[in-house]
Amino acid sequence: MSGNLEFKNYQQEGRLFTHRAITAGLFVIVLLGGIVGRMIYLQIIDHEHFTTLAQDNRVKLIPLPPTRGLIYDRQNRPLALNRPAFNLEIVPELVPDIERTLEDLDVLLGISEQDRERFHRLRRQKRHFESIPIKLDITQEEAALFAVNRHKFPGVSIKARLTRTYPMKEIMAHVVGYVGRISLKDLKTIDASNYAGTTYIGKTGVERSYENTLHGQVGMQEVEVNALGKAVRVLQETPPQPGRSLRLHVDAALQKVALDALGDVNGAVVAIDPRNGGILALASKPGYDTNPFVEGISSKAYKALQTDPNKPLYNRAVQGTYPPGSTIKPFMGLAGLELGLLDLKEKKYCPGFFQLPGHDHKYRDWKKGGHGPMDVDAAITQSCDVFFYELAHEIGIDKLQQYLKQFRFGEKTGIDLVGERKGIRPSREWKRRRYKQVWFPGETVIIGIGQGAFQATPLQLAAATAAIANGGHYHEPRLVAEVLDETTGEATPQPGKTHDIPVRNPSDWDKIRDAMVHVVEGPRGTARRIKNEHYRIAGKTGTAQVFSVAQDAEYDEETVAEKMRDHALFIAYAPVEDPQIAVAVIVENGGHGGATAAPVAKKVMDAWLLGTTPTEPEGASQ
Amino acid sequence: MNPASRSPSGLPASEPARHRGLLARIHLDLPLLTGLLLLSCYGLVILYSASGQDLHQVEKQALRLLIAFGAMFFLAQIPPQTLRRWSPWLYGIGVSLLIAVLVMGVMGKGAQRWLDLGFMRFQPSELVKLAAPMMLAWFLSSKPLPPNWKQIMVSLVLLAIPVLLIAKQPDLGTAILVASSGLFVLFLAGISWRLIIGLGLLATAAAPAIWYLMHDYQRRRVLTFLNPESDPLGAGYHIIQSKIAIGSGGLYGKGWLNGTQSQLEFLPERHTDFIFAVLGEEFGFIGVLVLLTIFLFIILRGLYMASQAQDSYSRLLAGALVLVFFVYLFVNMGMVSGILPVVGVPLPMVSYGGTSLVTLMAGFGMLMSIHTHRKLVPK
Repeated sequence: MSGNLEFKNYQQEGRLFTHRAITAGLFVIVLLGGIVGRMIYLQIIDHEHFTTLAQDNRVKLIPLPPTRGLIYDRQNRPLALNRPAFNLEIVPELVPDIERTLEDLDVLLGISEQDRERFHRLRRQKRHFESIPIKLDITQEEAALFAVNRHKFPGVSIKARLTRTYPMKEIMAHVVGYVGRISLKDLKTIDASNYAGTTYIGKTGVERSYENTLHGQVGMQEVEVNALGKAVRVLQETPPQPGRSLRLHVDAALQKVALDALGDVNGAVVAIDPRNGGILALASKPGYDTNPFVEGISSKAYKALQTDPNKPLYNRAVQGTYPPGSTIKPFMGLAGLELGLLDLKEKKYCPGFFQLPGHDHKYRDWKKGGHGPMDVDAAITQSCDVFFYELAHEIGIDKLQQYLKQFRFGEKTGIDLVGERKGIRPSREWKRRRYKQVWFPGETVIIGIGQGAFQATPLQLAAATAAIANGGHYHEPRLVAEVLDETTGEATPQPGKTHDIPVRNPSDWDKIRDAMVHVVEGPRGTARRIKNEHYRIAGKTGTAQVFSVAQDAEYDEETVAEKMRDHALFIAYAPVEDPQIAVAVIVENGGHGGATAAPVAKKVMDAWLLGTTPTEPEGASQ
Repeated sequence: MNPASRSPSGLPASEPARHRGLLARIHLDLPLLTGLLLLSCYGLVILYSASGQDLHQVEKQALRLLIAFGAMFFLAQIPPQTLRRWSPWLYGIGVSLLIAVLVMGVMGKGAQRWLDLGFMRFQPSELVKLAAPMMLAWFLSSKPLPPNWKQIMVSLVLLAIPVLLIAKQPDLGTAILVASSGLFVLFLAGISWRLIIGLGLLATAAAPAIWYLMHDYQRRRVLTFLNPESDPLGAGYHIIQSKIAIGSGGLYGKGWLNGTQSQLEFLPERHTDFIFAVLGEEFGFIGVLVLLTIFLFIILRGLYMASQAQDSYSRLLAGALVLVFFVYLFVNMGMVSGILPVVGVPLPMVSYGGTSLVTLMAGFGMLMSIHTHRKLVPK
């Protein structure tokens, strides 16, 4: 200050300041240079890295699930549809008081504890502007009730989505199957990226075996999101490719006829078009309603189905294996003819039992006292057991099983359905593998009448019968006739593979077919009761033992409990001149094939050939 | 020797007063005013984008700028001699108010930085930003320069009082700014380089003690600065997102209003402390260079004006004010680009917000006053 006594050199102070100011200026330039250097590093050298990070920040891929293809029967009746379902959903951000809203909704529509729990769980996982379901699949009445009171519920709305529905319910359960929510196990078998956004996956039936066709291709929406994850705008969109639809060979009305024909008893009916292997009906009784499985069946209901003694979940037509019984005789007869063991003029004598040389054991005929002299035609017509005991023994197990293999006994037929069973075609090798035992000649004898370890599915019998009907062309059975592209209307046929069964003498087919005609038309035919004037049927009855009768005991239908009664079988095709349908029927514990199984087959053939379809199946009008 | 010939800005020496233009007569400096106006306009353009195209916010900021330029104009009219006389009084008032705020804060619930005057909130630390360098310049210029040991010690104590009071609030950013303003006065007063280096070493040695004194959130900021990826969703989020914003801008930027990081709100505090990242993203390296050029021009013009001042008080005060301005922008840009820890320092004239803006412009007003009130002393 002015009172300063010390000497101040103003000029020197000025110079000193200028030096310092210049130093500071240089310092500033150097530090700003540092900022520039940092900018060069961030914006030019590492630019691409940060561009990627910025892109990852803002772009989100939202999968657009494709619409699942539909399933129709051969008359275009819908078997599997996508139905709009309505959920009541809440956007928490828009709701002033969630707890109160929930209580008010409870009063209005009823909110279960389960609904509440799910809502609170989802609420923790989702962002506050995302819609969260509070009540699933509400009825139209509930929707209407809510709509009237909507003004009281800001932030609550009804959301539509597609769910799967099966209008035929239990009629087509075993054919169409059902979809369900994707499980962790399913995820291992699919391309998870294609299922991003998809809710359902085929679990059984055609829904499962044609999953790839029905599902379609997922679409993608590239959206720009803000820091909260809220979509701001759509950058790019690849629309999903909807799944393609299926038209089955199966006729739902015929299927209904088959189920009705079985009545109250358990059993299966398989009807095949012998001209192409198309399955016209694949009925397994009892069935079950597939609809509850879509949204997830309650464990109680599922348990009830699982423990039901009638096993409704079990598809008897492709998973049920039964001894074919006498229905195997035409195939045996063909083998005998082919191998030259059966001169038509040569007759075997049936005394009512068969004994292997040097053995005491008597293999009994079903007819006490025997059939007397038999040729192959009579043996098939009257279902003589002794004839086929002897024939099987003469052919020997090795050649026999080779013949049976050509008709795919003990093999998968190749049907377009998952879970088909092979059954058992006994052979030396099979016995060694299964029991580590050698083959006994006595086993060959009972194979001749389709008993013993021999097991076949109704589907195998029907497909093999179709091959007899069409003269040796084995068509792999097919449920799906065509894949339909709903957008273009294009239909792609889905034929199965065909292999011909080689024969040395094609007239052998005629001999066997004639014999089968005699089963129905002959005066002593075992299925003569289904003879009719409208069309001609060729068939073969069968009875499969569930319970073996002791060597000298009598089998008495009355005294044996129903569960232990024989299964009734029948195979047939018609019309004889131009076969259009081949049928295999099994009636569990039904007794004799001619009495219980043949009339079932007759009803199915009547419906198909005479068009006497009684009523439209339930739900088909929807 | 004419100092102007060595001036960093290379501008010609001032003309005699009678040849000065209209602006000089109302005590404004045309080049500095031009620089500040350019900066303000650039800032408003960026703010429009950074605020999410909120015209209301831009208008409010424009009004604040108007008030700040008013404060600048007002202070430019006050002769440096008057400022000098006020210095100790302003310092005394500033420190008293800081103590008052602190006491009220203790009685209230924790941190408090402002006084409620009824019609407005007043931050005493803003007053101290100007009062502290004024006080030191007043004290040092009364003695021959460079200052001796005793004077340096007294200066450091005078500086430490407000700095510690502000740090206690706690407001680390302002404390750093006030401390640096005082240290710049000492530097410009010509303390020896040996002492500067010695003080630097002392500061390094004192770092653990400072660490001990810091609040938890301040420590966290330092830790986050050292390794932002350690906490990508928490404290490190700011730095990571602003680096992404700047880096993805590239050479030319994504274009005005097209920055994804800023417009989609990935960038936190985008219109206040992190507005520099918006600039970097939308205008790219070129846009950053333009801003740096304007800043550099203002600083160099300011330093030139300081060197032209006619007495030590004016020189020291003017120089310190200019260098504090530099500290502002350097600390802000350093933190946003991830080379300095996150401290709450706005980008001067660009960030949205009022109080520090008025203080800054008042400082520039003083600078203009010092430059335009020079007496015509023939050399």
